[in-house]
Amino acid sequence: MDRDVTTALVEQVREATARGTPLRIVGGGTKQFYGRTVQGAALATREHRGILRHDPAELVITARGGTPLAAIEAQLAEHGQRLPFEPPHFGPDATLGGAVAAGLAGPARAWSGPLRDYVLGVRVLSGDGRVLRFGGEVMKNVAGYDVARLMAGSLGILGVLLDVSLKVLPRPPAERTLAFELDEGAALAQLAATARSALPLSAGSWVDGRAYLRFEGSEATLDDVQRRVGGERVPEPQGFWASLREQTHPYFVDGRPSWRCTVPPVAPRLPLEGTPLIEWNGLQRWYRCPPDAGAFDAAAAVGGHATLFRHAAGAADVFAPLPAPLLRLHRALKREFDPAGILNPGRMYADL
Amino acid sequence: MTPDPALVSELRSALGADAVLVSAEACAPFECDALNTQRRRPDLVVLPRSAEQVMAVLRACRRHATPVVARGAGTGLSGGALPVEGGVLLVLARLDRILEVDASRRLARVEPGVTNLEISQAAAPFGLYYAPDPSSQVACTIGGNVAENSGGVHCLKHGLTVHNLLEVRVATIDGEWLTLGSTSGEAPGLSLLPLFTGSEGMLGVAVEATVQLKPLPERVELVMAAFGDVRSCADAVGRVIAAGIVPAGLEMMDAPAIRAAEAFVHCGYPTDAAALLLCELDGLTHDVQRDLDAVQALLRDCGATSLRVAGDAGERLRMWSGRKSAFPAVGRLAPDYFCMDGTIPRRHLADVLARIGELAAAAGLPVANVFHAGDGNLHPLILFDAGQPGEIERAEHLGMEILELCVAVGGTVTGEHGVGVEKLGPMCSQFAAGEIEAFHAVKRAFDPDGLLNPGKAIPTLARCADYGMMRVHGGKPPFPHLPRF
Repeated sequence: MDRDVTTALVEQVREATARGTPLRIVGGGTKQFYGRTVQGAALATREHRGILRHDPAELVITARGGTPLAAIEAQLAEHGQRLPFEPPHFGPDATLGGAVAAGLAGPARAWSGPLRDYVLGVRVLSGDGRVLRFGGEVMKNVAGYDVARLMAGSLGILGVLLDVSLKVLPRPPAERTLAFELDEGAALAQLAATARSALPLSAGSWVDGRAYLRFEGSEATLDDVQRRVGGERVPEPQGFWASLREQTHPYFVDGRPSWRCTVPPVAPRLPLEGTPLIEWNGLQRWYRCPPDAGAFDAAAAVGGHATLFRHAAGAADVFAPLPAPLLRLHRALKREFDPAGILNPGRMYADL
Repeated sequence: MTPDPALVSELRSALGADAVLVSAEACAPFECDALNTQRRRPDLVVLPRSAEQVMAVLRACRRHATPVVARGAGTGLSGGALPVEGGVLLVLARLDRILEVDASRRLARVEPGVTNLEISQAAAPFGLYYAPDPSSQVACTIGGNVAENSGGVHCLKHGLTVHNLLEVRVATIDGEWLTLGSTSGEAPGLSLLPLFTGSEGMLGVAVEATVQLKPLPERVELVMAAFGDVRSCADAVGRVIAAGIVPAGLEMMDAPAIRAAEAFVHCGYPTDAAALLLCELDGLTHDVQRDLDAVQALLRDCGATSLRVAGDAGERLRMWSGRKSAFPAVGRLAPDYFCMDGTIPRRHLADVLARIGELAAAAGLPVANVFHAGDGNLHPLILFDAGQPGEIERAEHLGMEILELCVAVGGTVTGEHGVGVEKLGPMCSQFAAGEIEAFHAVKRAFDPDGLLNPGKAIPTLARCADYGMMRVHGGKPPFPHLPRF
């Protein structure tokens, strides 16, 4: 049921700040595995839910942080729209706030841009219990620093997302997925070359010796694209792309840790053990190898970075280490937004 | 104010004597940016040639506790590069090298003094371009674009600077280097690249920017629709977008702007129209054709009195030329003008334009409208004569009324021109004290002593109290019946 529980959340945060006791922000609980382990009392945001505004002609949706992501997507689909960055749910209970705080995007990311590109405004509860609005519901807004986009991917360490406004876009008239039998090197080359063209690519991946390219547009455009790039048309590909986005594809399904490496375009193969699963036209590469596999260094060596994405609880560092000046800046921002250090302490980096 | 001789000699030894200007004549050209109603001759201007020299300037200023104002080409419209008293004006125009255009990675790495258009020109041989295109793109620099998060006429589909920027290398006032963002588009830690973008030189100085390049579209079409009344034209904007079409550009002009542009560049605009809509579509051939058919049908249905599709690239550029030169064209109608920059939800376009007309009539000043309708980003141009006693104050007051109207309907006081010194007052009507404090907190995290472009972009709470517009939590906003988010 739609409810505004801002007051209760503010009270809980103020009390935690007064006592200096840490809080672990929990939306749908679907992304608890992501980041470092947080000790603290649960601050539940699921009750704070409801779509506040969606005027399709504005291309904006505003909803409370605890609104199920599925409800947002259903609302948009009813009006022929979508979240262009295709956020992963990782479970039926995923919330809007959790998706924005995690900052993750699905297969369309390489073409549509990251989640933060679509954040227009937030209402946020800071660590010291202030309710603040940044950004808004308009497409262009340069009044004040862009604190709304700062919240994207902030893992709750600066504030609790009460309301979020996102830019949305129309769904394309049709999509088509074409597959090619290629080895890793050839697939990387093809993904990069297609991304450079003006073709309406909306996703590109490589797994099990096959490269998959997804295009969108009118049927006439898609026929034209298929004539130009060839490949074998994949019937009903929605399940395949969803299995990458939700990591239900057999590649991901076992108990082993997974590394997510994001690298610049046309980066070479990484010297990591095992065969990767490649997404985002080559920019995102998954590896199933142990925490000590040297992934931080391997990704950094080609100008990218690695994240220990799924891991046994208690892993020390899951995000690539920050250079000292950047880490100092993170600490300074944390102090300003959460002076008592009670919001998701340590979720991103130790003592942050 | 005479600059500190120790600082001057330190800067001279770091940059060379010719890169440090102190004489009144040499400093005079830097007394304002494109907001030329605000002027202050800088006491000290430095023109470094390299990132290392920029860092040397910042370190020297930090040691001498001297404020620093960064400046690109000086095309900013909000006074962001206005010199501050006792400060150093850091001109980045000599850092003008394109370091890399990498077609295979679809990116360009450039120094901050490279102009916006130069990037697209360097990318063109590879079939690529840099999407944001502010109308000052011939002159404005990428460093300034990053500082202002500049837009242009193609933002709705292709994004602002923040959407096309991958990485910046920043010199901090603490004398350290930061790399924000990354060429993969993903970076560990907090999203500091968007925070830095549009921060108006208050958080650090960008010495290098890596931008994303896009493939040039296969086909581009431009439709020009004339309307007999403003409301039908404004409503057509929402109808096009509601139909699931995202035009590359969707621009609107009212009668005074149409006539001024036609008289200035003779671009074939219908001077009897009350409003004009320019709708550009780009993409693959079939998709553009389908959207072109749909847009024309929609515009006719919305009451367009005439429709014209550009026959070729030459005609398209000619049709755009009126829009792109609209500011100087309108500028010929009066000795001075102010350009406002509010953004509103598109559904309020017709009402807000009507209300702006009423406010302008009450103020006795003409206003021309030429703007990014697809983004809801208004640019009312207020015409006045600064030579007439009291007229500049009347024009400023009208401008503030227009911006407050934008805030009242759920919009913002600046869509793409920045706050600078111009909109410090209206910031107080858009934000409550808590948000203003949070902005100062962000500033403190990057620049604890407040040496970078002090006094710009974020008003002090004291100023807001004077302005009398500060919204108070729990208090009543000026238009309580309207949504405020």
